[in-house]
Amino acid sequence: MTYTPKFRASRRSVLKGSGAAFIGLTMMPRFAMSEEEKKLNFYNWDTYIGETTLADFNKESGIEVKMDLYADNAELFAKLKEGNPGYDVIIPTNDYVERMMAAGMLDTLDKSKIPNMSNIADAFKDASFDPGRKYSVPYMWGTLGIGYRKSKVKDASSWKAVLAGDEHAGRISLLGDGESVIGVALQYLGHSFNSVVPAEMKAAEELLIAGKKDVKVYADDNGQDLLASGEVDLAMEWNGDIIQVMGEDDDLSYSVPNEGSLLWQDCVCIPKGAPHPENAHAFINYLLDADAGVHIADTIQYATANAAAKAKMDESYTGNPGIFPPDEVIAKCEASLYSEEKTKLRNESWTRIQAA
Amino acid sequence: MESWKQNKVVFWVTALPGVVWLLLFFLIPLALIWGMSVGEKTSIIDIEITGTLDNYVRSFQAVYLKIIWKSIWISIVSTAVCLAIAYPIAFGICFSPARWRPFLLLLVILPFWINLLIRTYALIAVFRTRGTLNFTLEWLWDLAFLDRLIGPYQPLELLYNNGAVIVGMVYVFMPFMVLPLYATIERLDRSYLEASLDLGASQWRTFFSVTVPLTMPGIVSGIILVFIPMLGMFLVPDLLGGTNAIMIGNVITDQFKSANDWPFGAALSFLLMYVTFAALALRAFVSARIRGGVGV
Repeated sequence: MTYTPKFRASRRSVLKGSGAAFIGLTMMPRFAMSEEEKKLNFYNWDTYIGETTLADFNKESGIEVKMDLYADNAELFAKLKEGNPGYDVIIPTNDYVERMMAAGMLDTLDKSKIPNMSNIADAFKDASFDPGRKYSVPYMWGTLGIGYRKSKVKDASSWKAVLAGDEHAGRISLLGDGESVIGVALQYLGHSFNSVVPAEMKAAEELLIAGKKDVKVYADDNGQDLLASGEVDLAMEWNGDIIQVMGEDDDLSYSVPNEGSLLWQDCVCIPKGAPHPENAHAFINYLLDADAGVHIADTIQYATANAAAKAKMDESYTGNPGIFPPDEVIAKCEASLYSEEKTKLRNESWTRIQAA
Repeated sequence: MESWKQNKVVFWVTALPGVVWLLLFFLIPLALIWGMSVGEKTSIIDIEITGTLDNYVRSFQAVYLKIIWKSIWISIVSTAVCLAIAYPIAFGICFSPARWRPFLLLLVILPFWINLLIRTYALIAVFRTRGTLNFTLEWLWDLAFLDRLIGPYQPLELLYNNGAVIVGMVYVFMPFMVLPLYATIERLDRSYLEASLDLGASQWRTFFSVTVPLTMPGIVSGIILVFIPMLGMFLVPDLLGGTNAIMIGNVITDQFKSANDWPFGAALSFLLMYVTFAALALRAFVSARIRGGVGV
């Protein structure tokens, strides 16, 4: 019974260290030409689009899409920070949408060119981080939760299982992303995910330091692999990653703890300086199309924000609690809000936790 | 031989590519980072160079010094292990039949043909609880009937601790140690060794009084080549280390990525560079004193 590690298709899968995807970009024209050429440069997460979506879009519109991949939001942000190297469409997560909006890195959307916006689910029609949806269109959403091995873990309904879980000492992995881990610790203590109150943050830091002895590793992006290979029995992970390994192992399950969790939302945006804004709008409209949405959701198995597409999906997708958690759980979830102060405090705290 | 002064055109033509390269890809970027290290963030994307020392002051907080110290000792231990393993390997290659040498050297260089990330992931597959090594040990355990005598095999926890980080570093940097050692040992005049043995010195004495001093240049360049990149390593502690794995390279990466605090990251990078310079200066000082003491 050996477990072979696979380079599994995963949105947050490891791309780090491979810069090959970016070669060639430097040659791209930086400004739009008067007559827009039939091209589009799409910067996306790995395996985060339908298998034939780009080809289908090409067939319909004649626009050729060139897709580059990034591994995390920080990489996307760092890439665009010094000026857009030629991308037309990007998919940042909500807190980065907010950060890029504040930095003036996004263009406003012309909604008259995106009639399919009517397909968006009601809950996502507006957003706290982008009032009136001026800059962003929701794509996929999901939660942070606990992936666990049913035969070894009785109760994973509280964050206690991973944050103060001596009964599973040494069999726990937490995320390597300090902002999220500290946020979840805050929620477990009854505070807001986004709290920057010093006393609350201190309590969360102490909780995480005390829990360190039971945690095997802060897994950067491979909590699901650790879980699948039996290295750990509990893994704090993104739902999509756990759902992928659940498909291969019946003994695995996913729960969003009672205390609430992080609810993330990836959004389609047009970065400032995009060379093909017309094509970008056409592409965004295509992504919101019902049938295109079905194909995408079918491939990547994340919760779609496209209500018209969801309505056409079958029960195995819409009824999967890992993809669509019950409403009362969602009600307790929070979105990560962006603030420079929070980022700085969380980062310093995370360094202290790791060094303790 | 002509002095370059007599042939300036040739000198400049040959020196130009190197100078341009150094300037463009080393000095200018370095100067930019240095400027950033005395700068401040004025908005999410803008950094203004103000000449502030705040970033350096912040780097001297106990937590960062502790992490730097940890990076230093992990690197020292890994370098020492590297040297202890690489020296016999280099020696063995030099003293093997001439027709074998290219093949043996190839074996040393071979891992370079595979991406570092993939090699490190391969180590995970070997060392994990249900990995190759533990399965092999279990098989041997059962083969020796130890499972009936003592009990079932308990898999070793080989990953996610400092030991795993050191093993990973040694594995990644070994070739950088073997190659300079090989280069000096190959040039070693073996008649010195024979003379030493003929004059009655033991094998040990010969090794430590003759071989080691003669191959010292290779040892020193090997140590420098291995120690300095180890100090800034972030990938290996990230993938193989446990909850305490953080090294200064990880902190710096975080500043440039998730924390979006380039000035602070720049200051930490330079602090690391100063530590490196201090180590090199110390080495020069010590070797000067040794030479002076011997009275050459």
